Amino acid sequence: MNILQVRNLKVSYGGIQALKGIDIDIAAGELVALIGSNGAGKTTTLKTLAGLLPAAGEIHYQAESLHTCATHQRVRDGLALVPEGRGLFGRMSVLENLQMGAYCRDDPAGIAQDLERVYALFPRLAERHTQLAGTLSGGEQQMVAIGRALMSRPKLLMLDEPSMGLAPMMVEKIFETICNISAQGIAILLVEQNAKLALEVAQRGYVLECGLITLSGQASMLLDSAEVRRAYLGS
Amino acid sequence: MDILLQQIINGLVQGSVYALVALGYTMVYGILGLINFAHGEVVMVGAMVALSITQVLAGYALPPMVVLLISLLVASMVCMALGYGIERIAYRPLRNAPRLAPLITAIGVSIVLQNLAMIIWGRAYHAFPPLLPDSPHIIAGAIINEVQIAIILVAVVMMTGLLLLIHRTRLGRAMRAVAENPAIAALMGVNINAVISITFMLGSALAAVAGIMVAANYGIVHYYMGSILGLKAFTAAVLGGIGNLRGAMLGGVLLGLIESLGAGYIGDLSGGFFGSNYQDVFAFFVLIAVLVLRPSGLLGERVAERA
Ligand SMILES: Nc1ncnc2c1ncn2[C@@H]1O[C@H](COP(=O)(O)OP(=O)(O)OP(=O)(O)O)[C@@H](O)[C@H]1O
Ligand SMILES: [Mg+2]
Repeated sequence: MNILQVRNLKVSYGGIQALKGIDIDIAAGELVALIGSNGAGKTTTLKTLAGLLPAAGEIHYQAESLHTCATHQRVRDGLALVPEGRGLFGRMSVLENLQMGAYCRDDPAGIAQDLERVYALFPRLAERHTQLAGTLSGGEQQMVAIGRALMSRPKLLMLDEPSMGLAPMMVEKIFETICNISAQGIAILLVEQNAKLALEVAQRGYVLECGLITLSGQASMLLDSAEVRRAYLGS
Repeated sequence: MDILLQQIINGLVQGSVYALVALGYTMVYGILGLINFAHGEVVMVGAMVALSITQVLAGYALPPMVVLLISLLVASMVCMALGYGIERIAYRPLRNAPRLAPLITAIGVSIVLQNLAMIIWGRAYHAFPPLLPDSPHIIAGAIINEVQIAIILVAVVMMTGLLLLIHRTRLGRAMRAVAENPAIAALMGVNINAVISITFMLGSALAAVAGIMVAANYGIVHYYMGSILGLKAFTAAVLGGIGNLRGAMLGGVLLGLIESLGAGYIGDLSGGFFGSNYQDVFAFFVLIAVLVLRPSGLLGERVAERA
């Protein structure tokens, strides 16, 4: 059964159509990559799925239509987004940011447990839990952003360019974490500029160009396809 | 009698009222980036409702303290409903409109409320009954009465409570989150509209209490009392750094002191040319000075932001 089923999704900004009718399917626990060049509509897709943009078309999540489901209700159902640029609350401490991630929950014991898990995943955050998030380094901020999303106990985690602006070591660490999260059975929709890396960890992938899905399939197949190699892998 | 100490006491009392009202301006500004110019009228409605309650209860021979508590409760509830309504009707439909639009509706709401109050309570000045014993205490040559003591104490308790609410509770965290980034707050599961409504209601409850403080302190209420008070509290919020809670408190108390000391000494300083009736001028000198010299206010935005 698919956890997410998107059909003919269309989104416009004013008169400009950014998504021109796309279909996406994600099975429970699957890691799916969405790649495409700048301005293809990747961020638009994730924002729309999270409920931040009005759209035409069908979005079914856990077999239910999200048509009338407000943004703040979607995270309660386990649909979490780590937004482009991380979107931390810069004036709040690391701990408070993580607590905001658990805002939609009311099981204090489970929240405390998940906080320990996030700290185990990113020990650096435990050390710096009182520091204001706005003063963290880029890599630390990405850890908070991912940790915060995990605090909501997502069933489907959407990540918008988690490697953006990070040093190679840090990128590796973040991708390791993504594989880790995936291994726990959480479905992931991963948007990345770094197509090679994304397709290496993903099971399936979609290629988005100018608001349309132009190619989709097994990640290994996409990695080998001449089109993807030419357009995104530089070879 | 010690004039300096007396002026400081008067300033602290007036400053407590300004601080409570300033908090309402600053909370709404912090969360919506909008100046709720109708807030002063909420203070007036609080005082007027309290007046009506005391009149209704006058026949029941209740202890004054009970009357005071009932007035506080009812006035707060009416003002909370009013604050909620103002946001729903005047601001929410304009959430994405140009910034000038909600400013204009704010002024419109302000005028409507004043006129409604005039229709309901008339144009006359009403005497507000003394609800606390009027037994002045003399401290080091200065006089302070029960009402003034109560005003300062209640203000301190309410401000402490508000700070704890904002900084220590889940709701307060949600309010700060919405203030910082509403879209991201929604992604965390925060119902933005509910948080905005609660913010207006909290500010309005503080305004109701402030209105009753003014009524009790001066013993007089009238339908126009909200405008100048609102303007001064707004000045206090700007002085402290609008959007900053501690700033509103500091700004309120400072403005109260500036006014009081200014009124106390202006006669001496100007060789008798100006009298204490120039008191109101100080607030606006302060507003102009802050806007020119330090537009971000005393405690305005200094947090380093790299996010
Ligand atoms: N708020 C907006 N108003 C108008 N147009 C927008 C807005 N946001 C995005 N767009 C346009 O929609 C298109 C898709 O943008 P989107 O941000 O989804 O691209 P992206 O694939 O995430 O790109 P990148 O890799 O650069 O992040 C672009 O042409 C962009 O200019
Ligand atoms: Mg993007």
